[in-house]
Amino acid sequence: MGLRRWIQAIAVFLTNAYWKFPFTRNIYQGDLKVICAPGLNCYSCPAATSACPIGALQNFMATARTNFEAARYHVGLYVIGMLGLIGSLVGRMPCAWLCPFGLMQELIHKTPSPKFEIPKFLTYFKYVLLGLFVLILPFAAVDEFGYGVTWFCKYICPAGTLEAGLPMMALKPELRDLIGWLFYNKVIILMGFLLWMVLSRRPFCRVACPLGAIYSFFNRYSVFRMIHDPDKCTHCQACYLGCPMGVKFYEGPNQKDCIRCLKCLQQSCKFGAISYEIGKVETPQPAKNHL
Amino acid sequence: MEKTRTTPLVLMLVFSLLLVIGINLDEVQVVLEKATEICLSCIGIG
Repeated sequence: MGLRRWIQAIAVFLTNAYWKFPFTRNIYQGDLKVICAPGLNCYSCPAATSACPIGALQNFMATARTNFEAARYHVGLYVIGMLGLIGSLVGRMPCAWLCPFGLMQELIHKTPSPKFEIPKFLTYFKYVLLGLFVLILPFAAVDEFGYGVTWFCKYICPAGTLEAGLPMMALKPELRDLIGWLFYNKVIILMGFLLWMVLSRRPFCRVACPLGAIYSFFNRYSVFRMIHDPDKCTHCQACYLGCPMGVKFYEGPNQKDCIRCLKCLQQSCKFGAISYEIGKVETPQPAKNHL
Repeated sequence: MEKTRTTPLVLMLVFSLLLVIGINLDEVQVVLEKATEICLSCIGIG
């Protein structure tokens, strides 16, 4: 198991370390939940020890109007600041190294099956979900009391269904009486993504993840950047064939869907055309098979 | 001598400032309160 897998596994454990939940039959309610996990991990997962930044952001948007009326200017600057700081340091790197849902997709994709590529136009959909379901609708679509709803969490997020919905139904039988079309709808979305994960590489990350969409804006401007040497590149497409996100590195480094897993650098490119720099300091290639 | 990239530094400064402002506005407590309640929306109920 390479270094990246170990770091992914540790990240899963650290963000889901509350293993008393089968006995308490409840979610973790301690102070560690002030920290927003850098990856997508539902805070209603019974094992979760951190908050979800996308859930938190939606909650701020949903209560913004009532907060403004009460002269409380809570718009999620804490969450935006945290995500922006991570993004400006490493871009979309948390997706490859720290996100439990990303790890799950990589593992499920190892299931033997015919494999299919995802059309590029679908990758823009995650920006629609970010703008509409995470930001605009929670803020704009309010009830008579001025409160909005967490649209992405409520209607779409398969991570929430898998990590929180299904386990909580098992832990708290009293919740099962409340199951309705909303739950079944989310389970259908989850099943669809699970199947898609078998057939395509990281489909949720590429098509639907609003957190990945936020980090992707920083790829071109972060301290950590990938470098492509066109003089050494032979356009053999090895980087694309091995990339968990289907990125064609030879078309340019630091594309929005590059999650900086470094697999292209470590395992794919035989011509030394790929490297990275940290703050303008170009680093030597890590030892082969290091990742 | 290569020119230092200022964009990442500016971004880090701006977002650090937002983070600090958010903490000072007590948004941290809001995050904690939401994250320690079972999110019925997240689990597909309400």
